[in-house]
Amino acid sequence: MSNWYMLTVVGRDRPGIVSQVTLAIYKGGGNLGEASMVRLGGNFSIMLMVHYEGTAELLEKLISPVGDKLHLHIHIVSIKGALHQRLEPDVRISIYGADRAGIVAETTGVLVEAGLNILNLESDVGGSPTNPIYIMEIDGAARNGVDSIRLALDSVAKGKNIKISVTPINTLMG
Amino acid sequence: MAILDILVYPDPRLAQISSPVEKFNDELLSFIFDLEETMRAGPPSVGIAAPQVGHFERIILVDVSSKPKIPNHGRLTLINPNILCKQGSMVGREGCLSVPEYTGNVSRAEKITLQALNKEGKSLNYNMEGFEARAVQHEIDHLDGLLFLDRLVSRRSSLFIRKVYK
Repeated sequence: MSNWYMLTVVGRDRPGIVSQVTLAIYKGGGNLGEASMVRLGGNFSIMLMVHYEGTAELLEKLISPVGDKLHLHIHIVSIKGALHQRLEPDVRISIYGADRAGIVAETTGVLVEAGLNILNLESDVGGSPTNPIYIMEIDGAARNGVDSIRLALDSVAKGKNIKISVTPINTLMG
Repeated sequence: MAILDILVYPDPRLAQISSPVEKFNDELLSFIFDLEETMRAGPPSVGIAAPQVGHFERIILVDVSSKPKIPNHGRLTLINPNILCKQGSMVGREGCLSVPEYTGNVSRAEKITLQALNKEGKSLNYNMEGFEARAVQHEIDHLDGLLFLDRLVSRRSSLFIRKVYK
C-alpha cells in the first residue's frame, strides 16, 4: 500500500458531495485513508488520502465527472505517506477573544519558537457580525514540555483581550 | 501464572456483557493474578477488564499510581463494580489495549462514588475523581460490552460540550 495520493476538493456546499466523490473512487478501485472534511464559510472542503494503483491523471479522470456535476475544484498530488503514522498530542491550547487581524500568526509564531508541533488546528468565528469572536483550538506535541508553551503564551495574552488556556493531554490507556 | 491474549476489535466478544462474580475462591485469585500480569506485560496502561482477555466476569483492575500528581487509591482490584453517583463531566483522550493505534476524546463523569467487592468479597466504597475516575469508567464500560469508540466526542465540539440526554 504505497501508492497514496492526497485529494483536495473544494466547492459550494450542497448535499451529496461526500457520497458522490467517495463512490466514484470506490467504483474506480481506490481505497480511502485518513480524511478531514468540513464546511467552511458555506463551502465544503475535503482533504482525503486515497490509495490508488493508477496514475494521478487516471484518478482525476475517475472523479472529474462528479466534480463537473457538483462544480467542485479538485486537486490531486502524489504523497509519500502511509496509514498508522499518527503522532499523539500531549497538549491542547484553546484561545478565544475578540476577532482581530494577526491573532493566528502571532500565537502560532510564538508556539513554534516554544517547540510546539501542531497536529490539529480548528478555528471558528462566532459572535455577531458586529462583534465577532475568534475561537481556536490546537492539539499539538510540545517538544520542550507543556510549561514552555504556557510561558510563551503568557506573553502573548498580556494586555490583550484574549483568553488562552493550555491543558496537558494525558491519554488514558485502558 | 500466564500472560493472556488480549481480544482486539472487531472481535465480537468485546460486545458481550459480563456476569457478576459469585464465587470467591482460589480460581478467582489465580485469574486476577494472570490478569494483572497481562496488564503489566503489555503497552503501558492504567487498567484492564476481564472481558478484554475473553473472561466474561465483572472484574477490573485499575492502577493510576504511575501517573505523577494524580489523586489515586493505588492498585485496585474491583469486582462487581457499581457506580453509585456521578458528578460533573470532562473530556479526555483515551486509548485501549483492545483498539490499537487509535486514541480519541471521550466525555466522562469528573467524580464518582463507587462500590465494589475486593478479592475476598468484602464490599468497599470509594470516592474518586479525575484520571482515576475516568479509568474506572473506561474499564466498567468493557463489562457492559462498550468500547471508548462508542463514546467518542468530536474534536470540534470539545470546547463547547453539548448536554447529552440519555
